[in-house]
This record gives sequence, C-alpha cells and structure tokens, in this order.
Amino acid sequence: MQPNTLSRALANGAIWGFIVLELIFFSVAGSYLSISDQAFMDYDNMLLLLKQSAPIGIIAMGMTLVMVNGNIDLSVGATFAIAAIVLLDSMTWPIFAGLGDWVIPVAWLLSLLVGTLLGALNGLIVWKTGVDAFIVTLGSMLGYRGIVFMFNGENPTSHLNWTLVDFAEAEFLGLATASWFLLAVTAGIWFLMARTVHGRNAYAIGDNREAAVNAGIRVGPHMMINFAIIGFLAALSAVVFYSESGSVNPNDGQLYELWVITAVVLGGTKITGGAGNVIGTFGGVIAIQLLRKGLGHIGADTSTVNLVIGLILIAVLFLDRQLNIKGKEELKV
Amino acid sequence: MTDAKPVLHLDNIVKTFPGVRALDDVSFSVMPGEVHALMGENGAGKSTLMKVLGGIYQPDGGAIYMGDERVVMAGPLEAKAKGIVFIHQELSLAEELSVAENIYLGELPRKSFGRVDWGLLTEKTNAILKKLNVGFDARTRVGDLSIANQQMVEIARALTVDAKAVIFDEPTASLTDAEKVVLFDVISDLKADGVGIIYISHRMEEIFKITDRISILRDGQYQGTVNTSDTTEESLTQMMIGRKLDLSRNASHHELGDVALEVRGLSCGKLYSDVSFQVRRGEVVGFYGLVGAGRTEIAETLFGLRDAHSGQILLDGEEVRINSPADAIQRGISLVPEDRKGQGLVLGMNCRDNMTLPQVDDLTAGPFVAEGAEVAIFDQYRDRLDIRTPGWKQQVGNLSGGNQQKIVIGKWLSMHPSVLIVDEPTRGIDVGSKSEIHKLLRELAAQGYAVMVISSEMPEVLHVSDRIVAMYSGRIMRTFTSEEVTEDSLIQAISGLGGDKAA
Repeated sequence: MQPNTLSRALANGAIWGFIVLELIFFSVAGSYLSISDQAFMDYDNMLLLLKQSAPIGIIAMGMTLVMVNGNIDLSVGATFAIAAIVLLDSMTWPIFAGLGDWVIPVAWLLSLLVGTLLGALNGLIVWKTGVDAFIVTLGSMLGYRGIVFMFNGENPTSHLNWTLVDFAEAEFLGLATASWFLLAVTAGIWFLMARTVHGRNAYAIGDNREAAVNAGIRVGPHMMINFAIIGFLAALSAVVFYSESGSVNPNDGQLYELWVITAVVLGGTKITGGAGNVIGTFGGVIAIQLLRKGLGHIGADTSTVNLVIGLILIAVLFLDRQLNIKGKEELKV
Repeated sequence: MTDAKPVLHLDNIVKTFPGVRALDDVSFSVMPGEVHALMGENGAGKSTLMKVLGGIYQPDGGAIYMGDERVVMAGPLEAKAKGIVFIHQELSLAEELSVAENIYLGELPRKSFGRVDWGLLTEKTNAILKKLNVGFDARTRVGDLSIANQQMVEIARALTVDAKAVIFDEPTASLTDAEKVVLFDVISDLKADGVGIIYISHRMEEIFKITDRISILRDGQYQGTVNTSDTTEESLTQMMIGRKLDLSRNASHHELGDVALEVRGLSCGKLYSDVSFQVRRGEVVGFYGLVGAGRTEIAETLFGLRDAHSGQILLDGEEVRINSPADAIQRGISLVPEDRKGQGLVLGMNCRDNMTLPQVDDLTAGPFVAEGAEVAIFDQYRDRLDIRTPGWKQQVGNLSGGNQQKIVIGKWLSMHPSVLIVDEPTRGIDVGSKSEIHKLLRELAAQGYAVMVISSEMPEVLHVSDRIVAMYSGRIMRTFTSEEVTEDSLIQAISGLGGDKAA
C-alpha cells in the first residue's frame, strides 16, 4: 500500500515541481537571453500570466470533470467561438436597443445559455446513442465550427461596448477580472467534484462504468450534466475574453481543445477516467502558460513553443508511467 | 429445516433464447440459514438462472417466490431492494474510489446542495467493516487492497441491504487458502443470521466443506437436489455430465526422451527465486501451487515476456537467451496462456486466422497471404485435435471454452514446438471438455513433446503429470513423481509447511 501512496503523491506533486523548474530555468535563461530588461519572475508579469491563463484554464476545469467522467469533449473550441459571436452580435440586435448598458447581462446570459445548450446537446447524443464521446464531439467540433463560418463567412464579428471593456479590464484586490473568474471556476468545480454526490458519481462512472450501472447510478444524466457544464464553461471563457477584446475571428478557439486536454493530462487526470482533480489541472494550465510565456521571453517563436510543449507532454506521461510501474517486475509489451 | 419457509423458491422456471431452451422447468428452494450449492458444467444454465433471479432476464415461464409471496424482478435494482444480493466472480468496483464510496455506490448519503455526507458515510461503513472484521478502513482506496479484500468490499456492499439471499458466484476463484478461510467465516455468519445462500462453484472440496445441499443443472434441465452429506464427488460429476469422469493417475508408460528444457537457478526479484527443474521429451511436468506462487511468472520468463534477473535456461542442453516471444517461438517454446480470451485468442477473428496467427508471415504467395495454405493447416489440426466448429469461418468468440483452448493448442502445434507450456489448461472449461484436454496433453507427451502444465486444480495436476513441482511463494518446495505423491504431502508442500527443498 505504501509505495503506491508514494508514487501517487509524486505523480500529484509532479506538476508543481515542474512549474518550479520552469520558473528557475526561465529566470536564469532569461537573464542571459531575454531582449527585455524585465525579470521573468516579475510580480506584474506573473499576474499577467494568471490572467492569460484564464481562457484555457476555465475550459480545462470543465474538461477535468468530463474526462474524470470517462468522456472527452473536442468541441470546446468551436463552442467558445459560437458563444463569442452570440455575445458580441447580440449586443447590436435591435430588440435589445432600448436596454442601454443592461444589454450586457442579457448578452452574457444569452451566450452562456447557448454554450450550455451546445454542451448538453453533445451529452444528449452521447447518452442516447451510446456513441463514444470522442466521435460525437469530433462531429460537433466540425459542425459547430461550420455554424461559426455560416454566420459571417470569413469576416470577424466585432462590437465594442466600453462599459464592458472597463469591467473586463478592471482589477479587484490586485487581480484582473479574468483571473477572478478562473479562480472562482476552479473553486466551484473542485467543490462539485470533491464534495457533491454528482461529482463522486462522476468519478465512479469514469472508473468502472459497469459497477456504476449495477449500483443504480443513472450514468446518462450525469454525463449530460457534465457536458452541459463544460459547454457553459467554454461560453464563460469566451464571455470573459471577448468582453475585453470585442472582436472574434471565425478561426478563434481552434486548437483550444488540444491545449485544454494537454493541461488536464499534464495535471494528472487519467485519460481513461476515474482519477484526476482540478488542482492538478490548475497546475497544468499554469505550467503550459509559463512555458509559452517563458519561451517567448527568451526569444523563441511560436512553432518552437508547440514543439517543446509536445515533447514535454510525452515526457511527462512517460515519467508518470515509469513512476507507476517502478518496483514491479514488469511484463514486457 | 422442513417446516421453515424457504427464503427463495424457484418454481418451474423456463427461459428460451432463439433456438435454445436455456432453462427448462428448473425448480429449487433455498431455506433460511442454508448454504445451497448450484452446480453444473459451463453452459448448463447456471448463469442464465442467476440472471433471471437478478432481474436481468425475465423468465418465459414459472415463478419466483420469496416466503409466501410471488415476486417479479423487474431489474437489478428491484432484486437488490428485495434483499437478493450477488457477489460476482468478476469484481465490480471503482478502484480509484474509497472503500466507503464503493460500498454505498449509487446511494451516497446526501446533505444540502447535493453534498456527500462524509461523516455519516464513514460511520456507516466502519460499522459494517467491523462486523466483517477486516484490516482496512472506510477511507482506503480500493485499488490499494488485495483481491481478497476487494471481495470483502463487495460482501460489505451486500450487507448494506437487508439481505435475504446472497448469491456467491465462484467466489474463491482468485483467493488464497488463508483468504478462503475468512470468506467461509463470513458465509457462516450470514448463515447464522438466517440468510439463504446460493453458492456456485466448480470446486468440489469447497462444496463438500461448506454447503448443506446441492442442486445440479445439466443442459438447462434440473437434475435434482441432494444433501451434501449423502453424496460423493463421483456421483455429483455423473449428475453433471451424465457419465463417469476418469481422474485416475496417469504416469507415462512410454520411454522418456532427452531433457528438452532445463532451468538452473532462475530468479526474478520477489516473483520467484532459485528455480531449477528439467522437462524431458515425452514427459508432462505439473506445476502446482497457490495463486501468486510464481508459476505463471516462470512461464512468462520462458516465453520471453519477462526478464529473469539471474539464472540459466537451457534448451536441448544449450544455454539460450530468450528476449521476446518471437525468440521463444523460434526456439520451439510455446505458451498456452492462462487467460485464454485475453491473451490467447483474437476473439473477433475466425478459427483459421487465429490458428495461423504466429506464422502468417511465412504463409504467403507473393505479397499476399496464402489462404489455401492457411485452410490446409486449420483442417489438419481440426482433425488432429477434434475441434468442433461449423467451419474455419466461425468466429472464435462463438466457440465453447474447450474448443477455444484446442484452437490455441493447435496454433502452437502447427509451429512444431519442442516445449509446450500450458497455463491453467482447463480454466473455465466444462467438465466434459476438461477430460478431452487432459487426454490431449497426455497424447502430446506420448508423441514426444515436453509438456509443462501449470494448474491450480489438484485433481488435474495429479491426473496429467508424470512429475509434480510444488511451489510456494516463488520457490520450488519439492518435486514429486506420480508414484510417490499424495494429496496431503502436496498440500503441505504448497502451503510452505514441511517438504524439504529439492529440485
């Protein structure tokens, strides 16, 4: 029992060790290579990093829930884009013209509602057809993205509401609005997964679906709720981000699903379900953002960043595997 | 017992599937405080009957009574609510969750906002665990428990409901002897509480040890119920297969050939250490021991699946290194694995393709697979091993266990091995096909193969082996010849009691 607990503690702590390593590396390397004279570990830089982590991070919390549940959602990037368009476009709709700045909460609600419904639709299909979530959301990823392009062709959808921009750029107790949203979502999903019956059932379903069914857990509704939650969070992420930027391109959010899944997996969630938590995911999100920012800081371009993150993902999973089989006389594959 | 009302009475249950009458007028009763064994070959209808009882299948005829009341099991949950609890052979647990969460899976106590009431959950769980007298607590992660303790979790789950009848389906399949004792204690406690127990098992010793009555099914038909104290193993077997089974000792009468396989001082960490033995051509050497004694691991090493840390392997007197199964096959070692469906066969493929799987690289005509040659090989071994299948196109998954095992054996024979290692040759195979497999193993030895048989069933080891290697905890305790071996000395050797270490 002991070695198992140890390796799990190592596996859970690994992501934080990795973050510390990154910080040290980029601080040291940055002092030689960086073109800017600002230190990497600068306080403002770190706060900015947290804020920049928010769009991916908010969705990653939902992905943790969905993956622990034994599913996956590839459509989050497309949902993100649709929610963004709904947010920005709805503020210009004539029926809301008389609302003044009250259009903001209406647009927010509308956008969140659309995201939730798109997620729930994924869940409903997975539940009722029994088709694997990977396939279902691969389909909806393409389908939802198609809707984005149908809406405005290749053109961006833009609308700036200065009250909204002010809100999004505001800071409270030193943290940006987006950072607060990320922290609140992390706390909320942590509570849901660790403390509620729904959350525990989600673990059970992901761990051993047959056992869950035999125990009378209604697997389908639980899965659909989790898909609705990730849809909601994809929309929330869009709402937080586009309140500030005010313009959405039809390609926005592409590859988000992969970044999100990378963060979740780095954070220790089992790809087959049943194990994982949002604290680890939070670490995964920060680790990726650090890497992107840090590599930028020392002058690497985007393509290098992707290459490095790809390598690190494989290395981390390999390490995890080694930790978990260490001590056993392994059977060769 | 006669004046009490049965806790469970099955009355003329009929269940038909397209083309098969799976259950034909099956009736039997379980009294309170009785351990009632249900026996029969695989395919006799035991699982179908239990699925009817569990509400997974609806019977086409007949009725189920609990006490005086006729009941209809609409589904698994309803069966559970009525106090019928199943302890399945294959554990149905969520390994990453705690013991408490597994026991109350689907029924976690709630507080406001859908929160789990951890305090109440832990309290209720610990109360049950205390009753079972186990050495772990509510918060232990299930994946960290041994198989036996995991089974205790399943049993604890049964105790959360007011169980009237508990069905144990092959509960001892993966337990050690010590763990069995604990299990039997739990069963006798349940018995003392007036719970009716249905005990499904193939293991005669257990049946005679713990059951009160035995009901037998054959081909979906009820063969009768006997008092355990009034019957014998022989008559039970006869009821199950409709004829007598030959389980006599069976030493070779032919001349043994040279030593084909020799192992010297082979060790692999904690799994096994300092293992030395020889297998001659024409000989069947049985490896007997408890689960975890290291027998399968030795076989895996010989087949190149697992590296030994030290020691030598000699084939025909020449030291060899076996780094992979490909190496092993090329040198004439074949392994018929323990888990036939998981490791031995590709269930979705047909009989012919399974049979020729290891040599399909060589069966080619230009760039293509030579299907004709494949069929020829299949036909040859179908006839030689008497494999009963409608044709080579049949999917292996649809064959009976015995015929599946013959396909695996045929697959290796077609590679012309010199050493054949067979791990649990008759696991999950019904009694009738069992004796065919035994006969086949004897014949193969007579034809000059060196055969290693690993088995956890004593009658099987005694029946097929010329010599028996008794293992305990990774070490060879003693090697017996079939003339000198007795059941007692064998049991002593594999329990680590007595028995000088000699190879």
